[in-house]
Amino acid sequence: MHYPAGDIGLDGATFNVRGGEFVFMVGSTGSGKSTIMNLLIKEREPSSGTIRVAGRPLETMERSKIPYYRRNIGVVFQDFKLLPNRTVHDNIAYALSATGATRKEIRAKVPDVLRLTGLSTKLHNYPDQLSGGEKQRVSVARAFVNHPPLLLADEPTGNLDPHTSLGIMQLLYRIYRTGTTVLVATHDSHMVDRMRRRVIELRGGSIIRDEASGLYAQREQTTDEFGDLLDNAYHDLGRNP
Amino acid sequence: MRFTFFLREATRSLRRNAVPSFAAMASVLVTMLVLGVFIPMVQATTGAANEVRAKVLVDVFLKSSATDAAVERVRKVLTQDTKYVGNVTYVSKAEAYAREKKQNPEAYALLGSNPLPDTFRVTPDEAGNVGKLRDELSPLTASGERTVVDPAIDEVKNRREETTKILSATKVVKLSMAFLALLLVLASVLLISNTIRLSLFARRREVEVMKLVGATDWFIRWPFVIEGIIVGAMGGVMAIALLLVGKVAFIDPLKSDFSLIAAPETLNFGVLIAVLLVASVAVSAAGSGLSLRRFLRV
Repeated sequence: MHYPAGDIGLDGATFNVRGGEFVFMVGSTGSGKSTIMNLLIKEREPSSGTIRVAGRPLETMERSKIPYYRRNIGVVFQDFKLLPNRTVHDNIAYALSATGATRKEIRAKVPDVLRLTGLSTKLHNYPDQLSGGEKQRVSVARAFVNHPPLLLADEPTGNLDPHTSLGIMQLLYRIYRTGTTVLVATHDSHMVDRMRRRVIELRGGSIIRDEASGLYAQREQTTDEFGDLLDNAYHDLGRNP
Repeated sequence: MRFTFFLREATRSLRRNAVPSFAAMASVLVTMLVLGVFIPMVQATTGAANEVRAKVLVDVFLKSSATDAAVERVRKVLTQDTKYVGNVTYVSKAEAYAREKKQNPEAYALLGSNPLPDTFRVTPDEAGNVGKLRDELSPLTASGERTVVDPAIDEVKNRREETTKILSATKVVKLSMAFLALLLVLASVLLISNTIRLSLFARRREVEVMKLVGATDWFIRWPFVIEGIIVGAMGGVMAIALLLVGKVAFIDPLKSDFSLIAAPETLNFGVLIAVLLVASVAVSAAGSGLSLRRFLRV
């Protein structure tokens, strides 16, 4: 994936995710995590290469089919992307009505997903009356209300404190346990290390590591790198530590 | 089900975005008000211009010796064999005498006999063709003199001076009115679509989210179009109400005094209302639907 300006968003990032897997994507900002997310929801087109979701190549998909494709993917963002002028209930209900659900189905499904995410008491609140963690729960609820086979989360805990992050991760894990494939892009090393799931590490748009139950980073290497970095910094300043 | 859903969505966003909706409605209201005043003015002016142009005509004077048969022959030539003829009126010697005598009894009493010829008054099919009509009836010969198409015709005259003046003046009036009307319509469309675009711009994030949860383009667009229809209809109805008040309060009392206002071509108020209402609804609905296109390309 090359951006028009000539910047490389992704290059040689080939990986496979089986159905029902829980995968972390890690890497510094600009390493291509969000680009992968954008490609997967077909918000951007790759300049070359193939993306297959459920065996179907995305590049041959017609423009008019994209909405129907997106209904099979739940997306959670760092900045929640809730509709500010709708209540919690209506935010989730909108995702359902967009897929053509009847009012009866909405009445049946929304309370279920609200219970799953622990939001039953916040039903009639507007997003600006909620805390960050609650907003992210609404966002997860909206992503999951259609029970999509694939759930993408782009930095879902980026704006949240560690305790709240844990709650969101547990929620994502619970969703994974229902058989949903979950792909989480994150910076949250603590969480990755605790959960010990598959980790794909990106740097400069390429995959540099893919481990079945990995850590956020190999620790020794990181400390070495960091030490080198410090040494260099001191060297540049012309004095010794 | 679908329609009620869209209607609910539209009214909800109208309520939630009251200020931009009001701005859009106000711009519809103002433009329709201006159009509502301007359209009758254009109509009145072109009507007056047309009336003046209808006065352009060609007089065909017959020789005083012309027999009834000759008169009939000339009539046939005029009505059947000549191009550019609109309307032909025959004024006989006696009629002309009676008419003139009424206007100027003393002079005609002195004359005693009738010096006036039989005349055909010929209106051209279009005022601009009056010169051509004259050339048809009285072609120029090679030597530069005028002949006539029928021996019974004495002379063919158009009132040259007035004719050219009338033609050029009314042409300018008509053209400038058409130009102004065009400008005004253009300005209205731009104003309304810009206001709508502004109110949509504030909601582009909303559209983005809708796309992400898998809403189709038309699913997103319909509420906006319905919103546009409601806004347009409200603005249009208010403009019409104001126009109606203005008409009853100011124009109607003046009607008897000014022929321009009472000219038959103007102020068919029913038609005007229909035109304004359809225009305001169509422009704002289409404006919403089309402006949305930019934000739908995600």
